[in-house]
Amino acid sequence: MKFAIAVFSAAHAPSSRRALLFAQAALAGGHEIVRLFFYQDGVHSASSNIVAPQDEQDIARQWREFVSQHSFDGVVCIAAALRRGVLNQEEATRYQRSAVNLDAPWALSGLGQLHDAAQSADRLICFGGA
Amino acid sequence: MSKSLLVINRQSPWSGPSARETLDIVLAGGAFDLPIGLLFLDDGVFQLAPHQDAKAVQQKDLSANLQALGLFGIDEVFACSHSLAERGLSTPANAQPLDTAAICELIDRYDQVITL
Repeated sequence: MKFAIAVFSAAHAPSSRRALLFAQAALAGGHEIVRLFFYQDGVHSASSNIVAPQDEQDIARQWREFVSQHSFDGVVCIAAALRRGVLNQEEATRYQRSAVNLDAPWALSGLGQLHDAAQSADRLICFGGA
Repeated sequence: MSKSLLVINRQSPWSGPSARETLDIVLAGGAFDLPIGLLFLDDGVFQLAPHQDAKAVQQKDLSANLQALGLFGIDEVFACSHSLAERGLSTPANAQPLDTAAICELIDRYDQVITL
């Protein structure tokens, strides 16, 4: 089965960890992940500036490694990211901000990518909504 | 054929960016001519309340986004009648009220659902 996964919560939220575990389980079960889309506070789950305490799970790093390792299409909504200070080099330069906290494997793009993923997947699975 | 998507909007208009961001999903889907439905549920029905003064809470008005729904081809707009009654709101002009049983049927009718 083809899954599109949408994440709406930050890395410290249980739902972000559940999304990661779901994605790993889907992959292990022989399923396909067409895209991971991070929206609302989910953009924080892609931030590279998160420092987890040593005795806690570093979910943002685990997301990054998971997406890199499998060359997944990891898309972070650009409008939601800008609003929350999650910027790649291009946006930090454009808006003259000193910090960059989004890098490969993540791509900044628009909401069309969420709809496109939902259309091409058999199931859209959302984590961290209301 | 395109898959249909129901977006359930549960956040009050001035409690953060969620109401606006949820409407943005709907409008983006409309821009791609996708079959999108929108249901206002729980505190989300406050978005439909008339005579809101966004400036008084230093916010940007949401009414333009709501008015744009029609322009983007979003005709399936609903509000939970129970949520409206609980909050003392009358039937909105721009959304069709549905009772709980009708909401269950609505959710069943769509291929995909996003709740925010």
